[in-house]
Amino acid sequence: MSKLIRLQSALRWETGLAVVVILIVAIGSVASPDFLTGNNLFSLGLSNGEIAIMTLPMTLIIISGEIDLSVASILGMSSALLGFLWARGWPMPAIFVTLAVVGILAGAINGLLVTRLRLPSLAVTIGTLALYRGVALILLGPNTVSDFPNAYTNLGVNAVPFTGNDMTYSTLIFIVLAIVFGVVLHATPFGRSIYAMGASAEAAQFSGIRVKRIKTILYMVSGFICALAGVLWTFRLNTAVQNNGLGLELSVVAIVLLAGVSIFGGKGSLIGVVLAVLAFAGIQNALLLTNFNQEATGIVTGALLLASVFLPNAGRLLRRLSHS
Amino acid sequence: MNLRRARKLALALPVIAAVGLAAACSSSTSSSSAPASTSAAASSAAASSAGASSTSSASTGASGSLKTGLKVFVIPKNLGNSYFTTADSAGSGGAIAALTTLGETGTETSGTAATPASQIPAIQAAVSKGANILLVSATDPTALCPTLKSAMSRGITVVTYDSDAPTCRNAFINQASTAQIGTSEVDVLAKELNDTGQIAIVSAAASATNQNAWIGYMKTELAKYPKMSLAGVVYGNDDPTTATQVTQGLLQQYPNLKGIISPTTVGIAAAAAVLDTAKYRGKIALTGLGTPDEMKKYVGDGTVKEFVLWNPANLGYLAAYAAVEIASGQITGATGQTFTAGKLGSYTIGANNTVLLGPPTVFDSTNVNNFNF
Amino acid sequence: MRAAIVPSRQQQPERLRQSGLAERVFRIRESGILVVLVVFVAVTTGVQHRFLDVSNIQFVLVDTASFALLALGETMVVISRNVDLSVGSVVGLSAYLSASLFASHPGLPIPVVFLAGLGIGLACGIANGIMVAAGRVPSLVVTLATLYIIRGIDILVVGGNEVDANQLPNAFLDIPKDTVGGIPDIAIAVAVIIAAGAYYLRTYRSGRDLYAIGSNPDAARLAGLPVGRRVFTAFAVSGAIAGVAGVLWSAQYGTINSTAGTGYELQVVSAVVVGGVAIFGGSGSVTGAAIGALLLTTISSALYVLGISSFWDQAIWGLLLLVAIALDQTLTERLTSALRKRRTRHE
Repeated sequence: MSKLIRLQSALRWETGLAVVVILIVAIGSVASPDFLTGNNLFSLGLSNGEIAIMTLPMTLIIISGEIDLSVASILGMSSALLGFLWARGWPMPAIFVTLAVVGILAGAINGLLVTRLRLPSLAVTIGTLALYRGVALILLGPNTVSDFPNAYTNLGVNAVPFTGNDMTYSTLIFIVLAIVFGVVLHATPFGRSIYAMGASAEAAQFSGIRVKRIKTILYMVSGFICALAGVLWTFRLNTAVQNNGLGLELSVVAIVLLAGVSIFGGKGSLIGVVLAVLAFAGIQNALLLTNFNQEATGIVTGALLLASVFLPNAGRLLRRLSHS
Repeated sequence: MNLRRARKLALALPVIAAVGLAAACSSSTSSSSAPASTSAAASSAAASSAGASSTSSASTGASGSLKTGLKVFVIPKNLGNSYFTTADSAGSGGAIAALTTLGETGTETSGTAATPASQIPAIQAAVSKGANILLVSATDPTALCPTLKSAMSRGITVVTYDSDAPTCRNAFINQASTAQIGTSEVDVLAKELNDTGQIAIVSAAASATNQNAWIGYMKTELAKYPKMSLAGVVYGNDDPTTATQVTQGLLQQYPNLKGIISPTTVGIAAAAAVLDTAKYRGKIALTGLGTPDEMKKYVGDGTVKEFVLWNPANLGYLAAYAAVEIASGQITGATGQTFTAGKLGSYTIGANNTVLLGPPTVFDSTNVNNFNF
Repeated sequence: MRAAIVPSRQQQPERLRQSGLAERVFRIRESGILVVLVVFVAVTTGVQHRFLDVSNIQFVLVDTASFALLALGETMVVISRNVDLSVGSVVGLSAYLSASLFASHPGLPIPVVFLAGLGIGLACGIANGIMVAAGRVPSLVVTLATLYIIRGIDILVVGGNEVDANQLPNAFLDIPKDTVGGIPDIAIAVAVIIAAGAYYLRTYRSGRDLYAIGSNPDAARLAGLPVGRRVFTAFAVSGAIAGVAGVLWSAQYGTINSTAGTGYELQVVSAVVVGGVAIFGGSGSVTGAAIGALLLTTISSALYVLGISSFWDQAIWGLLLLVAIALDQTLTERLTSALRKRRTRHE
């Protein structure tokens, strides 16, 4: 019986979100003939690829009951380090390895502060947001590095071969990672334990789940993925500069919340996140392509966020209001 | 077991539907940019006899007729910035005013955050909508290049104004020579300080290209005044709170500070608010790049004696004309070519495909109230 | 740390004893942060004596004033186990609308504009409060949404305009600069407001209820506390305060466009956490949060006055923030275990 209820509640918001996405596609293509063109979808993939990729580990972290606001700063730090080392003549493979290590380390610091020192993750990651952005500033200062070889920067220009000229490398990476994260989250004991610790950390601990270790791993994965996003970002723009990615964290959190992932932890699905990415990107793009005032993007995003918490609870809300 | 599989299937279906829909529709190829230019050519052939605009300028050598009906997108660093609103709008006589005179359609578009991430989608959307010309004030000198180069490869004319992306545009309209902007601010301060004293610079973001270039020239110019020294450069990040705090820090750190230059409108406005007290007014000279509207109060009460800027509306106006000239094939944007920019007169393209609007304007109490931007 | 929730008549003396203990605990926590502040100031002044110049103290106090005000409102919300992320956007909207009142009606009395700002903020706070309290939905999501929506409204309303210093009355622009005996007026005003807030939270039942709600919302509801009303009030007050802070913003900076107040929310949450307010609610004080705001502003000021290379400022700031958060957490845990030992000794 409870499985049926869970099925119903899971269906409600993700289906609603799918309807929203289809609506956006419909409205967008009616309002502008350029909406569903390959060129436009390619641009969409380019602009939103890195944000989309960062939502994946963020989802797991939020489901586990924590949050990570330092994601954009890890992206920025990774980008700055990439430029810093490249300008000093390091070979690219060595740079990649260093960036991976630094990203994992940055995530580990977050994880350790949250699990070992038991500091609230909201506060800690506000601190590391500043710290890692500060490291980016120390590394590059006023400088910009923009002489990366074409072999790498082409990922911001060319589509993935054999996909008909529409798919960006970042979109491909997102799809692959989404499948991986989806499988891990929904079909492995590891994933189930993430839900468990989000629902109740104490209960999970007592049932033998190693809450601290798993949370630290999640932060380390987030650090790695954000470092990867930093590399993609830098190559796409052919620019490493200290303020790359500034301010993206709220967008990433907004997308994950839009997906119906509960901020309290323990609930949410990766498919919802994929749909939310499509919705978020689609809205911005539709507003830009139509003559609708694009400054309203924030209002539309905010309204959708509100819908994401009110609509699933609508039934319960109405019942309660009719009782009182 | 069955229920779990059913749930996964139920969740997967909407996603597959959405993605499938998008994929099916995307297989149509894009042809958005091509038709626009052919229709523009057709209409300009019909309209050229009406003499839409543009006079002949002897040195261009071409017939001097400009295309009409071009789709132009004006993409400032961000929307909601009064400097760019003045530069771009029809009402202020800026870029869109010029475009309307020339018979083109001009639309202002951008993000709200003054970052490449915010500006690039607007550029891409403009390309998708069939732009013939992009007028861009670049949020970053290199980050926009992949997008701009891709636009140029589709035959779109890209002209930057106010803030350049040197390797990926047909021409750049500079408000004033970079060297002159830097040196004039130092000279203004030196005059106020009788060539003596310690000064500091309140800049924008650490990586702001324009400011860094201007500061480079400031340092060279400062060397001409042996009795003046530069205490330091601090970064206000174009955020009023940060700019205020770094200015306050300067005042504490350097008790002998005699002057401050802030080559950014947010910086000079914040610094002026800090210095506008009996203690500092007139004792520490302040100059930099400010808009007349923002500086009127401070010039009025003596906090700022002189400051420097240019007319942003003229900048946008000139940029629009230059872009239409290039898009019409009258010039290519190469050094040495000349063209006429409506009411602003004739201009010659200088090094690096750059057009200079003119010398920076020095504002002081005698003229600041004549301007409304 | 849990405040007493269910005061039955027999337990009255026990409750009074526990509240006496709670009082002492609060005071200790605040003095903890105060000690950190004093040590920090001492060290900085040792390196650069001009840090403690009257003028710099005035700068820091003025810069802290609206920040501390925002921390007051945020504390009330956080104590009840919620968060208000929309404060930055409310500051922005209120700053512009109130300043443009001066621009369109020169000669308007200044108190009227402050009331207008308060009203704008109150409206936003009420919207937040209704959604969180009646809807019983997570406040982080709601206020993140209103952060976007209110900023969007601000951008639409402002467009490409701005209000400049010459459109504002001199008396208004002087508000952040006037001093009484060397202490800035607004610092005194804010200190009074914070003292009033602290008194309210500690003494009035509606204030203490917030702690109960934050400690255990379900138990509070079962005990008959009007949870919805209290949470709604907290958000309404937070919004109203943000509205007033917006008017102060205009007075301090003089140039207002659609970017005013951007990014303030994270700063305010940091100040509140550093000030000892538990992010999960149930404990902390307004005074602590105000000291937290003062500490963070002091750290900024110190970094700029010491003239450490501007490129290192941001990283050092982040590090110090982490240290402050960790210090407070360790302090809390020591006190909690001390409290627990005391309670078992009494039983």
